Amino acid sequence: MLHIFDPNTRTDRDLGTPPPALTGNTVSLSIDGHAIDVPEGTSVLRAAALAGIQIPKLCASDNLDAFGSCRLCAVEIEGRRGMPASCTTPVAEGMNVHTQTDRVAKLRRNVMELYISDHPLDCLTCPANGDCELQDMAGAVGLREVRYGYEGENHLVAEKDTSNPYFTFDASKCIVCSRCVRACEEVQGTFALTIDGRGFDSKVSAGQNDDFMDSECVSCGACVQACPTATLMENSVIEQGQPEHSVVTTCAYCGVGCSFKAEMKGNELVRMVPFKDGHANHGHSCVKGRFAFGYATHPDRLTKPMIRDSIDDPWQEVSWEEAMQFAADRIKAIQAKYGRDSVGGITSSRCTNEEAYLVQKLVRTAFGNNNTDTCARVCHSPTGYGLKQTLGESAGTQTFDSVMQSDVIVVIGANPTDAHPVFASQLRRRLRQGAKLIVADPRHIDLMTTPHGGDALHLPLRPGTNVALINALAHVVVSEGLEDRLFIAERCDPAEYAAWNAFIREERHSPEATESITGVPAESVRAAARLYGSARNGAIYYGLGVTEHSQGSTMVMGIANLALATGNIGREGVGVNPLRGQNNVQGSCDMGSFPHELPGYQHVAQDGPRKAFEDAWGVTIDNEPGLRIPNMFDAAIDGSFRGLYVQGEDIAQSDPNTQHVEKALSSLECLIVQDLFLNETAKYAHVLLPGSSFLEKDGTFTNAERRINRVRKVMPPLAGKEDWQITQDLANALGYAMHYDHPEQIMAEIASLTPSFHGVTYQKLDELGSIQWPCNEAYPNGMPIMHEQDFPIGKGRFVVTDYVATTERANRKFPLLLTTGRILSQYNVGAQTRRTSNQSWHDQDWLELHPHDAEERGINEGDWVGLTSRAGDTVLQAKISTRMQPGVVYTTFHHPVSGANVITTDNSDWATNCPEYKVTAVQCEKVAQPSAWQERHRAQHKKQWGLLKTTEPTEPVMK
Amino acid sequence: MITLYVPRDTTAVSLGADDVAIALARAAEAKGIDTHIVRNGSRGLFWLEPLVEVETDQGRIAYGPVMPEDVPALLDAGLLEGAAGHPLHLGLTEDIPYLKNQQRLTFARAGITDPVSIGDYRAHGGFKGLDLALTKTRQEIVDEVKASGLRGRGGAAFPAGIKWQTVLDANPRSDDNESANSRYSGQKFIVCNADEGDSGTFADRLVMEADPYMLIEGMAIAGLAVGAETGYIYLRSEYPLAQVILNDAIARAEAAGYLGDNILSSGKVFHLEVRLGAGAYICGEETSLLDSLEGKRGQVRVKPPLPALKGAFGQPTVVNNVLTLAAVPFIMAEGGQAYADYGMGRSRGTLPFQLTGNLERGGVVELAFGITLRELLYDYGGGSASGRPIRAVQVGGPLGAYMPESQWDTPLDYEAFADIGAVVGHGGIVAFDDTVDMLEQARFAMEFCAVESCGKCTPCRIGSTRGVEVIDRIRLNENRDANLTLLHDLCDTLEYGSLCAMGGMTPNPVRSALHYFPDDFARTTASPTTEER
Repeated sequence: MLHIFDPNTRTDRDLGTPPPALTGNTVSLSIDGHAIDVPEGTSVLRAAALAGIQIPKLCASDNLDAFGSCRLCAVEIEGRRGMPASCTTPVAEGMNVHTQTDRVAKLRRNVMELYISDHPLDCLTCPANGDCELQDMAGAVGLREVRYGYEGENHLVAEKDTSNPYFTFDASKCIVCSRCVRACEEVQGTFALTIDGRGFDSKVSAGQNDDFMDSECVSCGACVQACPTATLMENSVIEQGQPEHSVVTTCAYCGVGCSFKAEMKGNELVRMVPFKDGHANHGHSCVKGRFAFGYATHPDRLTKPMIRDSIDDPWQEVSWEEAMQFAADRIKAIQAKYGRDSVGGITSSRCTNEEAYLVQKLVRTAFGNNNTDTCARVCHSPTGYGLKQTLGESAGTQTFDSVMQSDVIVVIGANPTDAHPVFASQLRRRLRQGAKLIVADPRHIDLMTTPHGGDALHLPLRPGTNVALINALAHVVVSEGLEDRLFIAERCDPAEYAAWNAFIREERHSPEATESITGVPAESVRAAARLYGSARNGAIYYGLGVTEHSQGSTMVMGIANLALATGNIGREGVGVNPLRGQNNVQGSCDMGSFPHELPGYQHVAQDGPRKAFEDAWGVTIDNEPGLRIPNMFDAAIDGSFRGLYVQGEDIAQSDPNTQHVEKALSSLECLIVQDLFLNETAKYAHVLLPGSSFLEKDGTFTNAERRINRVRKVMPPLAGKEDWQITQDLANALGYAMHYDHPEQIMAEIASLTPSFHGVTYQKLDELGSIQWPCNEAYPNGMPIMHEQDFPIGKGRFVVTDYVATTERANRKFPLLLTTGRILSQYNVGAQTRRTSNQSWHDQDWLELHPHDAEERGINEGDWVGLTSRAGDTVLQAKISTRMQPGVVYTTFHHPVSGANVITTDNSDWATNCPEYKVTAVQCEKVAQPSAWQERHRAQHKKQWGLLKTTEPTEPVMK
Repeated sequence: MITLYVPRDTTAVSLGADDVAIALARAAEAKGIDTHIVRNGSRGLFWLEPLVEVETDQGRIAYGPVMPEDVPALLDAGLLEGAAGHPLHLGLTEDIPYLKNQQRLTFARAGITDPVSIGDYRAHGGFKGLDLALTKTRQEIVDEVKASGLRGRGGAAFPAGIKWQTVLDANPRSDDNESANSRYSGQKFIVCNADEGDSGTFADRLVMEADPYMLIEGMAIAGLAVGAETGYIYLRSEYPLAQVILNDAIARAEAAGYLGDNILSSGKVFHLEVRLGAGAYICGEETSLLDSLEGKRGQVRVKPPLPALKGAFGQPTVVNNVLTLAAVPFIMAEGGQAYADYGMGRSRGTLPFQLTGNLERGGVVELAFGITLRELLYDYGGGSASGRPIRAVQVGGPLGAYMPESQWDTPLDYEAFADIGAVVGHGGIVAFDDTVDMLEQARFAMEFCAVESCGKCTPCRIGSTRGVEVIDRIRLNENRDANLTLLHDLCDTLEYGSLCAMGGMTPNPVRSALHYFPDDFARTTASPTTEER
């Protein structure tokens, strides 16, 4: 069943100029005799478009401020001199506009004549043929000759810049409309492009006449999208030609959840174009979502189910039925021998809500236990816990758009320009409007150097001291009288507030007292607290730098305390906002993936909700939580846990203490891996079920703002099945009947059992575009801003957050602290992005270290450096950087061979077991060869690929 | 002690004034005579520069133009006593007809005072306007400027009082979507356009080099009037001497309490800063100027929003030319009516005309509006320097029309000029004798536009280059009629389609050359000789 959704709705039309800031007033005017009422401040061009009247235009676009350079949109207005550009002329009461007169026709034709006198005449072989605004406008104005001839001065011999792997810059076709430059500035906020020279010599220049790859360009694609000609064009369109249909769907990379039009030729994806009516991205994109989709058709994709007896055996291609039967028989045998609880499943935060729901349902029905967990365990589980404790709901409080009302923005342990680039662009827009930025991070992040964004206040804390810092900030707020007393009195539990107030006032929390712990100068902490505490609207955004600590949950609660104390909850511009790492982390958590919670965060111990599920599913559900992922590993090693079903997650690469994980996986008797690729985990598997990419399925993702977005199938699954079908088949093979024909039916079941989803249907998603849960009888269209009136738990709850230092401390043996993070071009474990041209930006992980630490160890840029922790050792190439303070080293974890998680330890959050990825005590030294683990990894890699097929692995191996 | 005056302005210095000053000092010292040499500003009689003056009981006696080698003879002839024995003796400076017959309101002090001496400035009536302004309300100050009828002297002639009123009334809280923390919220700005780029103009420079406190005072009054506490002088980089003098004067004015956080103990605040341009003509256009001032590429902004509502750093801003702001101290001190008493029609007050090109006597001539071009060219300018008949006059800079003799009796008045398709502009007057090739001048207009266009709008960016090519084809007799039609079409496209006055006014010189000097476009020879070119 293919659901058709027509994206060519009203909202996808280009109305020429952005909507004005609403004043509530409307203006009546007449355009070509048609009366129309529009909001005050609307441009004549936009008013005409709203009235269905098309005025020619080239430099105008409704995602960019009016620019007035092309002069094609000239009109005549009664009582006004000349022919004003309609894009820059606001409407006025009683205005009479004429868009088609002999005078404007002549002017437009003569302007177009000038354009074409400096433009190649190769329309038929031009990549933009069929999608060229210049061509359209030449037709619209009726240009019939170019009296200037083509012999004059021109730019026709300008060279192409093909440095970017995804698009080509052909300056000979440029009409200097500046749309690309403006998109880079206004939409993306990078300011990589400019117009170089002036007059006839004006030309678009990346950086200071660099090529695109060498410039500051981050390849977000905004310029390519903005270009009205073939000057900036996707290489895929140059190679394949124009797409013929498109489907709106949701990106499967980070938690921003951008909407895209997948532009297709038959079943072939030509390009991904950000969808203007996407509620999370408003038509913007980043290099990953926009361009890095080639992995979906990469030759490494698994296309056939496979089984094997032992992990040293070659893989055997089998039918789906055989694979299911093999898997079911093994699981049943294990349960018969070791008990019902000896098996479990892991849901994927990369798959859809419906698919995550089915996996946990399979575990709770077919497996008959609560041994379900999800990769959120290793990222945002403390968010779920901490926000539930304090605010009563395990989710961020705002929309992304809310940031446009913020005056002070606090970013803690997050790197939005790299990990949430599209939201970072919106954030930067707000910074350019004058909002102040406070960054608490051991590293200098790029957000701090936002062009025209003002100076950021940096709190460069030592890794692992978050709670001491947040307490110090709260101490200043309370001791300097910056708290919002009215909000506290009306909205918060008084007894808990009193206890917290007494606690936080203690001198040991003062910035002066905590300076020796955090390393952040007391004055900076006081300045930050005053700035946030006295802001009209203060918003906190945080990432894994908050959660992935031994006190991750404490820190989340500390953040909530601070927001409650300052009254920064419950309206636009404020809030506590976790930036979710993966596309559907929020959703997989919502869907009951955790061992202690049924969908909608309903605890398994609660009889009422459990009963509802038992009735609906026809099974008995344990009222005790099952195993978490780290418990599963430990149980596997001690022999009580023998079978695991992993849906789309590479635990062998992404979970900490790799050698421990590998040992656990090697101990399993049945590991079922459902994935796109032979990932690290699959090397330990007995059953390989080829999964489907986001392009090959229907469903929904839920982003960091609780926004449920539709995922729409644009091509058939490469291996024949969507992931939910695979899970359904496995359940049926295990003897638990599932009969869904479409994910829509799964969503209907979710909605019926989950109070916060009661109102969600696919039909409503199509109508509204997206829904932010809760969506039910009380909030039929969802809830953009949470906690406006009250909290789900009634009053907001302050929690005492004592700072307890991590046991992972620098000492003589391991004097440095390693912290980890992401980079823009790569995504998470890199399974997708490493199989795209994004490799051009980042084809290996680097160890960043401060010049001081490097010099002490005789390490130079590019040297191979051995990195050792108490968990293991690996070897990386050095990059000397002053982003960190001395004593802190940093790496990304996108490449398996880097072994970043060989180094990380099994320390974890006290409440949720979220691993402490962000703090590992290490030592570095110059070395000449890879580590022993890397040697083993390479051998294992080669062997497992050999067992799969004869072709060589495409993974990069260490140089 | 004998006081001598040797100007320090760019014109005098480029003609050797520094050497003259040194020669005078040395010669006097050799004679054992105690002299004090004041480096004054120029009187604007550039045809007499370097103009040396000596203070006498009768007044200041002038000698000029003086070369260093003239000095010994001049001293021997009694220069230090103001004696009349030398051919360069000009008598009392004030009695030189060129100067005497002017109506100097703005240039009243030019050349008389030491430009950076606050004492001199005060002694000659300076800061009287500021003193008075400090006793008035904002509205009263704006009303005085309105009463004066002062219009923008940069060329557009927009009434200054109305612009000030707009800025006074503007809410500096700017956009609704602006953060409450925005660095500039709540502020207004005064910006002085000192990017004097028109060919044949130098009055702004002379104000800044000869009487900088007048500009400082005018800007401070503007700040008081509209509630701005910061002013910027956007100065073209080609005026290094003006920069030195302005910065010196600003520092002294701050030290003396005329600028800063507490102007003359009034509690009022006004800070002033000079920002240098980077050599682009277009940055004299006010919106490009603002972009450049903010550190961006100088590129024309669309209007609306008007700079008065959303100017520098997005805030309400008065952008006025040097001469506009320089007229303000007089208006405040003497009253708007005293200024409005000069002039004709809607052109009130005086305009400092700048005589250049092929003229015998170049310089600044400040007169009330209403004088004719012919009077300026002959009574002041003394006719052509070459001795040949004057054939064409370009008024108002490179975008002004070329005026044939038939139009020289038109009174210099904004409306009268507009009626005949000409512009008064900034008051620059460039004369050409009968050897001028008007096709070449038309081509130059297009070429100038091509070189100086910011490149933002299509007509100006591409059209100016095509204009040069079309004129070249006309010269080569290629499809003459079709190309003349095309040139007219192009002029229409430039006029109606351009974003700013740069492209919009480029047709002025082209069309006037075509219309009044058609013979120059009607050559029948296929290819002109190099000499003809």
